[in-house]
Amino acid sequence: MHSFGQRANAIITFSLTIVAVICSLASFSDNFNTPSPTAEIEVSNFNWFQKQRNGNDEVSLTLNISADLQSLFTWNTKQVFVFLAAEYETPQNALNQISLWDAIIPSKEHAKFWIHTSNKYRFIDQGSNLRGKEYNLTLHWHVMPKTGKMFADKIVKTGYRLPEEYR
Amino acid sequence: MDWQGQKLAEKLMEIFLVAFAIVAFVVGYSIGSFQTMLLIYAAGVLLTTLVTVPNWPFFNRHPLNWLDPSEVERHPKPQPTAAHSSKKKATKQK
Repeated sequence: MHSFGQRANAIITFSLTIVAVICSLASFSDNFNTPSPTAEIEVSNFNWFQKQRNGNDEVSLTLNISADLQSLFTWNTKQVFVFLAAEYETPQNALNQISLWDAIIPSKEHAKFWIHTSNKYRFIDQGSNLRGKEYNLTLHWHVMPKTGKMFADKIVKTGYRLPEEYR
Repeated sequence: MDWQGQKLAEKLMEIFLVAFAIVAFVVGYSIGSFQTMLLIYAAGVLLTTLVTVPNWPFFNRHPLNWLDPSEVERHPKPQPTAAHSSKKKATKQK
């Protein structure tokens, strides 16, 4: 500590060590938050449902999504990525997941929302399995913190069924 | 900066930084603002830098008092004496 440079160096290294410590503590404090998010998803209409020329089934649907994800936000949350996936079982695969819609929620004020939309990404099965298929709509989210650990969770909504016939 | 000053500067730096970190974390957590935490801490680092990095006069209150060169003449360096070495030999021969 005998020179200007040595003291400057000491203060920089020690202060950055402390920054690392308080960022770890901030990430740790997220564990005390017990979120209670809610979501309602309604399929209001099947716009069309057809077999593509290559044999894959494709369906277009209209969704009503309402969710309250405000409790996911803490002081250490940068944003929340949320996506809606259709999940169903086929003889070949126990779990098929197709992302239908997604969004980035930048702040707590935007975390309680209601949206009426057709599927943002195409709902195509790799095969011809969709007629009369029962499927789940699952709202997944990833909580992206300012520092530290990322959290992910989901709400599964069951009991949706596709039409028996192409239209 | 003298020896006592260096010790004081290091102590002050540690105490200041840790104290500001605690205050920043508590305030940031309680009002729920990460940005406020970082701003308080950044202000703390800046203040600590101003206090401990420059060579302030209060770090120089305990100067080392070197002896005056004239002392050398008054206390000449002791020379190894012949009598001393002969004594040693004498004991060995016993």
